[in-house]
Amino acid sequence: MKIALEVITLVMIGLLLVLVVREMPPFGNPTNPVHNEVSEYYLSNTQAETGVQNVVAAIITDYRGFDTLGELTVLLTAIAGLLAVLRS
Amino acid sequence: MRDIIVQVVARMMIPYLQLYGLYIILFGHNSPGGGFAGGTVIASSLILYVLAFGIDDEDLRLSGSVARVIESCGALAYVGIGLAGIFLGANFLSNKGAGFPLGIPGRFLSGGTIVLLTISIGLKVASTMITLFTNLAEKEKEEE
Repeated sequence: MKIALEVITLVMIGLLLVLVVREMPPFGNPTNPVHNEVSEYYLSNTQAETGVQNVVAAIITDYRGFDTLGELTVLLTAIAGLLAVLRS
Repeated sequence: MRDIIVQVVARMMIPYLQLYGLYIILFGHNSPGGGFAGGTVIASSLILYVLAFGIDDEDLRLSGSVARVIESCGALAYVGIGLAGIFLGANFLSNKGAGFPLGIPGRFLSGGTIVLLTISIGLKVASTMITLFTNLAEKEKEEE
């Protein structure tokens, strides 16, 4: 009974995911919603504003530096938690 | 695990892995790469050393205390570079607005603070992975 319930739930979630994927815009289409003015801004202004050629590096360390600081805090918290658990 | 094939291959691979990781970190602002990817490559080389030669060999592997110091230094360097923006009269972590020289795009010394931030991210990620792995491995060894 429990296994049947799990299978039914998973099949329903899978069907839902398939329906959502069918509605997604096609890959690489220039009229997709992700190709808006934000990506155009980064691609055309990164070299003048940051002086680097790698747009990804410019975004993660310059435009979104706070986000990267948060990621480093995640790593620091992971180490602190591990040491606190292992050395208690 | 003490396998002669793994040890010989690891001895040949580790210098090139570390050199490649350093390349990915240092040239992350001009070519594909960056601190997270390069730090992971360097950490994987040191983890490969521990896997091939065992956790007992204290002479060559990066010890836990050194890794913890490097880790704190990486995080503090990131915050310090961010604070330098404030002391130069701009926002936290600002690059061009704080007056850091941008240089010529494509050269190694270009991009203001981006190179320093990438290096600090690389140190932090590499030492975090090393610390996680060696601490868990030492704990497992103690329990045996």
